[in-house]
Amino acid sequence: MPESSASRQRAQVSEAVVEALIRACGLSAVALVFGIFFFVFREAAGLVWSGRISVLEFITGPEWNPVAAAGPLYGALPLIAGTLSVTALAMAIAVPFGLGSAIFISEFCSPAWKETLKVLIEFLAAIPSVVWGFVGLMVMNPLIVALTGAAIGLNVLNGGVILALMSVPIIASIGEDALKAVPDSYREAALAMGATRWQIVYRVLLPAARNGLLAAVLLGVGRAVGETMAVLMATGHSVRFPTSVLDSVRTLTATIAAEMGEAAVGSEHYQVLFLLGTLLFAITFAVNLTADLIVRGVRR
Amino acid sequence: MREQNGFQETPAVRKRQRIESIAKLALAAGTVAMLLPLVGIVAFLVIKAAPVLSLDFLLKPPVNGMRAGGVWPAFLGTVYLVLTSLAVATPIGVLSAVYLNEYARESWLTRIVNLAVVNLAGIPSIVHALFGLGAFVAFAGIGRSILAASLTLAVMTMPVIIASTKEALASVPYSFREACWNCGASRWQTIRHVVLPNSISGILTGVIFQVSRTAGETAPIMFTGAVFYKSLPQGDLFAYGLFDQCMALSMHLFTISTQVPGVPDSVSYGTAVVLLGSVLGVNALAIAFRIYLRTRKKW
Repeated sequence: MPESSASRQRAQVSEAVVEALIRACGLSAVALVFGIFFFVFREAAGLVWSGRISVLEFITGPEWNPVAAAGPLYGALPLIAGTLSVTALAMAIAVPFGLGSAIFISEFCSPAWKETLKVLIEFLAAIPSVVWGFVGLMVMNPLIVALTGAAIGLNVLNGGVILALMSVPIIASIGEDALKAVPDSYREAALAMGATRWQIVYRVLLPAARNGLLAAVLLGVGRAVGETMAVLMATGHSVRFPTSVLDSVRTLTATIAAEMGEAAVGSEHYQVLFLLGTLLFAITFAVNLTADLIVRGVRR
Repeated sequence: MREQNGFQETPAVRKRQRIESIAKLALAAGTVAMLLPLVGIVAFLVIKAAPVLSLDFLLKPPVNGMRAGGVWPAFLGTVYLVLTSLAVATPIGVLSAVYLNEYARESWLTRIVNLAVVNLAGIPSIVHALFGLGAFVAFAGIGRSILAASLTLAVMTMPVIIASTKEALASVPYSFREACWNCGASRWQTIRHVVLPNSISGILTGVIFQVSRTAGETAPIMFTGAVFYKSLPQGDLFAYGLFDQCMALSMHLFTISTQVPGVPDSVSYGTAVVLLGSVLGVNALAIAFRIYLRTRKKW
């Protein structure tokens, strides 16, 4: 039957075309990660190759002032300090609350409550970062001034609390996944020995889910380091090394967002901001890669 | 120490139970403390915005240097951005997930693709913004426009669509595929006629979730296509072209709360409520859809 063999051939050709398309799409994520690095670094490369700024000086330079009268100063260290201080405070708040609620939801809740709380956490995670920034600006700001007597409420404390609220849903939901991944037989064995729920949690589950919980925390860190709008609006705008939580700071992300608008395309300032972007890419890439390796370590 | 009746509480048991209830109480309190801000923020924003909230606020353009009037051009711009970015991200994301779940075997390549998806999801939004600026606006020569901003958003959205689609595909039992192969169907025929129809609702749920996420993004559109202000002819749903710049709700909220002096509180709170309401509303829709699917799942 020649006709049917022709149609079969057509089917085989279209099958091959579709498969090629699917494979190409499958590799798109890899292409995009490389593409993002390439295009962000490309804008900064001219500056790095020209030797006007050494990467080491850029990272360790203590002064950031792109519009200084005596010549621009591009030292990213105070910005790194800003990012680290806000992230550290955020994690100090978010890790106990996030992991605590992960444990509560996974081990102490009835199924109905479990679903309800997980949905609420999803809603918390869905609040856009610019709305968080707005809350920092309009709600937290006067609150901090009233409570602490600080001159201005846009500071490490404000940004840290906002970032904590933004990272807590990630830590809670991924932490809950990690606890759920511990086989029930572990719990049953411990119960059979007469352990209480809490004893099961800290003697059995926490050690067993250690890596997954660590990964949850790391992903929370990644989110906090990369967050832009909320910290742009809530941490104030002064480039400095913070000495207390009531100091205003500026983070890596906020600097790019705040200064990109005024930097002329192709100027040195513009290129330096892309270099900051490359640095940010490298930091979050390392954090996420570590988290992923830890999670995979569990599966093996 | 053993009591004659094995079931009697010893002091040690009582102590353990006390610790247990303290722990439970503390964890519950922590969880509530974490969720209270959600309720508090939503309620506070709505109360502060109450004076301006009306349908007019949504449907009227801002006037008087954005210090009065509504948010219509920004709302419409957000709709454009979301729809365009999802039109790009959904097909590529879904096919990519099909590759990972249906074609890819355990190999170093698959490992790298999975790793890339995870890392893509973790790249900060401001780095995506720089990428969009460098790749779409400058290199591809699209210029600052809805298209450039949407493509930037699409790159951000894709890894999440891949992840949710993969989950939806994986929930289709393997036996369905085997049955289809045994009838002589090819791999693609099986995917097209068995796997996708059985997972389409799950895929759709993931996409709806992305609508809410994309609508709230600000940083990626700041330098790639969103502008502070643009006047639009009223009542025209097709007022924006793909190569126009646009206003967006998220950008508008940022602008009026940080860049424009003298904006009355009620207007900025109102904008925040419209943004938050749209995002949480769409999110609630996705959650409702997911719960509905779960109750009527056949296998």
